[in-house]
Amino acid sequence: MLEYLFNPFLEFEFMRRSLLGCLLLSIGAAPVGVFLMLRKMSLTGDAMAHAILPGAATGFLIAGFSVSAMTIGGLVAGCLIALLSGISARKTSTSEDSSLAAFYLISLSLGVMIISLKGSNVDLLHFLFGSTLALDNAALTLLTSVSLITLISFTLLYRALVLECVDSEFLRSVSKVSPIAHYAFLVLVVLNLVSGFQALGTLMSVGLMILPGAISRFWVRQLEPMIALACLLAFAACVIGLLASYYIRLPTSPTIILSLGFAYLFSVVFGRNKGLLTQKTSFN
Amino acid sequence: MNKRISHKLCLIFISLIFSTLTYGSDKLRVVATFSVLGDLVTQIGANQIELSTLVGPNGDAHVFQPSPFDTEKVAKADIIVINGLEFEGWIERILESSGFNGKLVVASSGIKAISLKGNHQEQEEHEKHEEHEEHGEYDPHAWHSVPNAQVYVENIRAALVQEDPDRTNFFNEQANNYLKKLEALEQDIRITLKNIPKGKRKVITSHDAFGYLAHEYDLQFYAPQGVSTESEASAAEVASIIKQIRKDNIKAVFMENVSDSRLIRQIARETGAEIGRQLYSDALSASDEPAATYINMMRHNINTLTDALK
Repeated sequence: MLEYLFNPFLEFEFMRRSLLGCLLLSIGAAPVGVFLMLRKMSLTGDAMAHAILPGAATGFLIAGFSVSAMTIGGLVAGCLIALLSGISARKTSTSEDSSLAAFYLISLSLGVMIISLKGSNVDLLHFLFGSTLALDNAALTLLTSVSLITLISFTLLYRALVLECVDSEFLRSVSKVSPIAHYAFLVLVVLNLVSGFQALGTLMSVGLMILPGAISRFWVRQLEPMIALACLLAFAACVIGLLASYYIRLPTSPTIILSLGFAYLFSVVFGRNKGLLTQKTSFN
Repeated sequence: MNKRISHKLCLIFISLIFSTLTYGSDKLRVVATFSVLGDLVTQIGANQIELSTLVGPNGDAHVFQPSPFDTEKVAKADIIVINGLEFEGWIERILESSGFNGKLVVASSGIKAISLKGNHQEQEEHEKHEEHEEHGEYDPHAWHSVPNAQVYVENIRAALVQEDPDRTNFFNEQANNYLKKLEALEQDIRITLKNIPKGKRKVITSHDAFGYLAHEYDLQFYAPQGVSTESEASAAEVASIIKQIRKDNIKAVFMENVSDSRLIRQIARETGAEIGRQLYSDALSASDEPAATYINMMRHNINTLTDALK
């Protein structure tokens, strides 16, 4: 039984690389997703994933499938959109979410425009779906540095981030860290999306970020265990996805996100912490 | 007085416009769906037709999204030349939405199509991942065999002659010259390949587009993706290719001009196989690259393959 679990990874280097990539991605993206959920910003993750498209597309058109060019492009575009929407929301009377929606839509259409104008529609699909099975050294380096940066920033900003989740008004009134924490957090979101889309593509990397946090909320209440569980779930889903792709020929990235999706549905019904069934019993 | 002059000028101007218009529409307006067909049509029609090609050099016709500009070209065309065999999955939509009512030429009609399912003499791995393809029943990349290209040329010639009988002689002469060139190409390919023993003619490419080349010239191709560039390769497919390379001691791995090369590089790194120069499959190259015409593409591909297999 165990050999079925290990053999693919022992035999093939590309499987080991994918596994390592997924592990790195899970460590970075899942905690970010937990905080996104706690701050009721889960859809922000999705919006940002669309917002990085024009930057990544520009990078791609200039340098081809170059990890660094696409990463830099995506980062610039993502941060720009986060900043612009943040500023315009604070300076005008528009709410944060409608402002972000407007800006990400502008960004997304710009991305599609850039790709279409160049006339090369070849790679849009590779772009959207990524290639989990072809992580080269550059991609792995990127994934490693992003998860390191994420971990370090979290240790530094942990208290501020937690306070921001609990009572952002209070944090703003007692400390000047609030805007720093907010923007640093948005940068982390963008960073993890950019690195995730090397492996899973722009569409699927959001799933690995949001779903593990959403699932673990159904099982644990405290923050630290929740983050740990989210990381674990994300990584487990990646292993399932890779093995399913190896043994039953399913495409990798949708399988990863779908298995997380099933875990989420299961948790909605059976979750210990306010799942559908447990809620009923608590009423009696 | 002044008014009269301006009236006359106007008339002259209008008649000028009209004469250029009628002169312009004297030539057949032909639309070819992708660069390979575009080249074949050019070889026959030369400057006696007005050709536009929808998917240009290095573009992927599998995932092409027609723009309104393309639809307009189709709407105005007298002839549209398509490959057929469900290569252009989007063609139905564009024909319908443009209201095209000219002549539709299926260049591949009359060739012996290779079935995707019945190809049992190929390796097991091959068959398995062909099962869930979105393409039709047949492999559409028929132009990779020179005899098929000759059929394409005949079909295009017949259509041009039928639609523009006044230029019959011109089209016939062009087509005959070109067919002779193709015949010479065919001879060269066979001579070049003679030097390579049959057991060594094994190659890995990033997208399974060379079924006809393999069939016509006794080569074996393995690919981690299916026939279409749209599908994402599964780990099982990549693993089976790697096993195959190790088992059969395959020396060369090739990239094409329309595929994600990262996967191929990963396979090469893992097996130690050498990465060959670029092969051209579904599109010609830009004019400053080595495969700007059909004949150059075939020569380039065969030379690249034989160099790596020697």
